[in-house]
Amino acid sequence: MSNIYYSQTHEYVRVDGNIGYVGITDYAQHALGNIVYVDMPEVDDDVTAGEEFGAVESVKAASDLISPVSGAVVEINEHLIDNPRLVNENAMENWIIKVELSDKSELDELLDEAAYKALCESESAH
Amino acid sequence: MNREYYGKLIFELSREGRKGYKLPKHAVEGSLSDIPSTLMRESAPQLPEVDEPTLVRHYTNLSTNNFGVDTGFYPLGSCTMKYNPKINEEVAAMPAMQKLHPYQPEATVQGALEAYHTLQAALAEIGGMSEFTLNPFAGAHGELTGLMVIRAYHESRGDAKRTKVIVPDSAHGTNPASAAVAGLKVVEVKSLPDGTIDVDALRPLLDDTVAAVMMTNPNTVGIFESRIPEIAQMAHDAGALMYYDGANLNPMVGVARPGDMGFDVMHINLHKTFSTPHGGGGPGSGPVGVRKGLEKFLPNPRVIKRDDGSFALTTNDDALGSISVTLGNFAVEMKALSYILSLGNEGLKNVGPLATLNANYIKSSLNHVYKLPIDRICKHEFVFDGLADKSTGVTTLDVAKRLLDYGYHAPTIYFPLLFHESLMIEPTETESKETLDEFISVMAKIAHEASATPEVVKTAPHNTPISRPDDTAAALNQIVTYADLTQNA
Repeated sequence: MSNIYYSQTHEYVRVDGNIGYVGITDYAQHALGNIVYVDMPEVDDDVTAGEEFGAVESVKAASDLISPVSGAVVEINEHLIDNPRLVNENAMENWIIKVELSDKSELDELLDEAAYKALCESESAH
Repeated sequence: MNREYYGKLIFELSREGRKGYKLPKHAVEGSLSDIPSTLMRESAPQLPEVDEPTLVRHYTNLSTNNFGVDTGFYPLGSCTMKYNPKINEEVAAMPAMQKLHPYQPEATVQGALEAYHTLQAALAEIGGMSEFTLNPFAGAHGELTGLMVIRAYHESRGDAKRTKVIVPDSAHGTNPASAAVAGLKVVEVKSLPDGTIDVDALRPLLDDTVAAVMMTNPNTVGIFESRIPEIAQMAHDAGALMYYDGANLNPMVGVARPGDMGFDVMHINLHKTFSTPHGGGGPGSGPVGVRKGLEKFLPNPRVIKRDDGSFALTTNDDALGSISVTLGNFAVEMKALSYILSLGNEGLKNVGPLATLNANYIKSSLNHVYKLPIDRICKHEFVFDGLADKSTGVTTLDVAKRLLDYGYHAPTIYFPLLFHESLMIEPTETESKETLDEFISVMAKIAHEASATPEVVKTAPHNTPISRPDDTAAALNQIVTYADLTQNA
């Protein structure tokens, strides 16, 4: 079983022990186009599954970031402050926040890779 | 145009010591040394120094690069770029309108107050409301004012826990922004695949913490929200008020009234629906109307008609306060009044139906080459989700850029966010069938080019003074002053 889980709103969380690396998917970065700003929370802020924790701004639109998991932010990806386009270059590598998961059972609500792929295909055909 | 010379920035034309002005000897007592040093700048401002002919030619040549509704078709969805009749300008330019002072005694401005009162009453009739304030300066300012009215209403009942505003995910971005500025929390409700609000998703959100439900009708995909009476009932049962975003009022004018549908507070964009100029940031005007019982919360001052037929400015303590200097953008209001009186009752009744007919005509003429995600009769505007043939790699952005080559203003693109390749077209009622036919043939031609010669479309525009600016670089590396530019060079 893969350790990456996906949300309906195109965020992912890669789980390593009690830590989740949260970012947007490759499908999302592609749909947004060139990203020019990532609005991130601060370390020690709490994020809640299903709620907004920041936003990504591209040349096309600004889009809220919805957290797939709950917990405390232990690190933000500071590289994105000066170089938000890293998300375009490799969305899965360039996570946005690192969260200490408070409730791992939330992962059961998320999509696995196959289900997420099906979601993207249905949206493209939309 | 001589681009070599006139294509330069005014700063690049500057020569030390050149002047295009001569100031009179100052008539004020005192000297520069009387100004406290803390208020004095340390270095001279870097202003361009040019002679008058250079100055005039520079800006006159630049002005010929403008595109406006007076130069060509402007199908910018969600913006209602209708033609602005010239009689509006004549009325607003009359000395009796222009030479007023905001603090003149009431007795000397009875005509102006009557004009204000006539317009607010006309808007109240059109919107199905009890009274309008014309004081807000623009649409978003109207939204803010309307939400402040709603807050004032709840607070007047001693109900302080209503801190949320429900907004559909298809809303204009100004809705959540206005709610946030008004100190309210935004709760988003999903749309159904046909773009209308999901009533079942709305129902559980309505409780005693909701101040208002904000809706646009027709919504931002140009579809009429037919379940409004039911939604209004639900909202009112929960103690919330209904707010109508008037950005899309155009197809409703003379046909249907927000007040009759159950909306309590609404704003109107005079610079959209009532033909006053906009684009480039204004000046706009965003009158706010309220149903009976909410009038006292409208901002100060209000214009009332006394029993003896005279007009007066009034203020009251229940009002949310004051949101603009006196009576808003008065000249813009007079242009809208001119429009309403020129069209008259009969003319106004044609606005909505003709705007709707024009939009459906374009939609039906192009839906074989552009992807139509919502295949229903639309109102004044509709959304394509890019080209029908996605195999060419030609995007909505490319189509919009290519339209510039053919002398059209681009439609709204990548809004609403419900579709990936949104391309939103709103022709308005003011265009002739010939104009619409020509536009349709150009849009079809671009769709054909996308298959036959995709590179031509992907690298468009080719005929404009500037081709494709690097919008990513512009966002990441902002050059907003000439000093920024010289430092970057």
